[in-house]
Amino acid sequence: MNAIWSETMHPGGKWSGIIGKGKMIRLTAVEPGANVSMLMYHARDLTERYNMPDTLKAQHTAHLTKGNVLMSDNGRAMASIVHDDLGWHDPLGGYTTRAGTDSKYGASRYQESRNDWLRSGQENLAVELVRNGLGDRDMAPVVNWFSKVFCDEEGNMLFAGNHCAAGTTVTLRLEMDVLLILSNTPHPLDPQEVYPSVPIKIEVLPAVQIDSADYCVNFRPENRRAFDNTWTYYALQD
Amino acid sequence: MLKAFHRVESPRNPEAAVYDKVIPAGEGWMYELQPGQVLRIVDLEGNQAADTLFYDADHPEDHYSAVRTFNAQSNIYLTTGSTLLAESGKELAAIVADTCGRHDTLGGSCSSQSNTVRYAHEKGHMHNCRDTFMLELAKHPEGHRYAKRDLSPNINFFMNVPVTPEGGLTFEDGVSGPGCYVELQSKCHSMVLISNCPQLNNPCNAYNPTPVQVLIWNE
Repeated sequence: MNAIWSETMHPGGKWSGIIGKGKMIRLTAVEPGANVSMLMYHARDLTERYNMPDTLKAQHTAHLTKGNVLMSDNGRAMASIVHDDLGWHDPLGGYTTRAGTDSKYGASRYQESRNDWLRSGQENLAVELVRNGLGDRDMAPVVNWFSKVFCDEEGNMLFAGNHCAAGTTVTLRLEMDVLLILSNTPHPLDPQEVYPSVPIKIEVLPAVQIDSADYCVNFRPENRRAFDNTWTYYALQD
Repeated sequence: MLKAFHRVESPRNPEAAVYDKVIPAGEGWMYELQPGQVLRIVDLEGNQAADTLFYDADHPEDHYSAVRTFNAQSNIYLTTGSTLLAESGKELAAIVADTCGRHDTLGGSCSSQSNTVRYAHEKGHMHNCRDTFMLELAKHPEGHRYAKRDLSPNINFFMNVPVTPEGGLTFEDGVSGPGCYVELQSKCHSMVLISNCPQLNNPCNAYNPTPVQVLIWNE
């Protein structure tokens, strides 16, 4: 399938844009050890956004993979994971901060390092939030694509090393018109002492028609009801 | 590392509290705490959920961040010793006593819309926590400074939502009991927003939502 558009996000890079419903976005880790933090908002009503607790509770899961749907705070299916090489993406670990990045990898500023300075997730996301008319108050839990964090029985969060190989892809189908915000910055719980530098390929692909046997729609009864809510929303407008 | 269940009793005497109020099931409470004040939430009849949010009252756009909070302690459960962080990283409050021993901050609050997804489309009319949050914002004199976009993932005091090592999410009842309480010391002017959960669709409260009590001490 030919991409409508593609771009490579540099390590430390960021991207935001509106993508229409029915299109797909494919992320590819060009090298091993990638992490991409993602926020998602409804393009026509930015107060509606991906909601981590609603998504996880409805699907009885603490990780994301093929079949899972990213649900909004208004009970709608915003995007579906239609392909996944990995089996586990992290919705819990959050984003890196400037203080955390400096303390882990050493202080870094543009003044000395030019474009090799080490960007933080918080600053990347803040820039793109403001660019799109939002701000710090709209910051919310991110999805960390390509990362795995699991919990032991006492609730301790453990980062799985060597989780993401080179060439790994994950593909989302957008069920609503969304504003996507991406930051190619390390996972905050990644214990590596060197700032991971993994380019990420972003591709936007044409729509695939949803049929009655669709894997994500039928993944759980909750998912079908979230799709119903999305289809009702558009039926009232189209 | 936090223990799985970490029970710590409070030395504070309820008779010395400067504020004492019962929040019936399905009702809300919005209140500004002064720096150093201690808030106790009491699960009067057991296994009730107190859905709670904190804000920096001097900067209402800075809300409680569940993810920053559990990331900072590398543990997803809250108990004595947990510090509640805002999205900016600012310390909003610290848990200073807890006779329940574990609280959830992953599961969020119920809403009309999420109830249609989790249970059935026909459940949309039922009373829910996010409606309570929004009614409190509508009623409270300072509520106009907050909006739906500020309703971030909250704390569910007295709830246990374990994550399995395989990445599953489960709901387990019975960690709290009649009279169990949690105490938080405010680190700033913090706005507290509580929805005493009216959930009738899952068995966490034996389908019988009950009151909670809030007490405040000047420290």
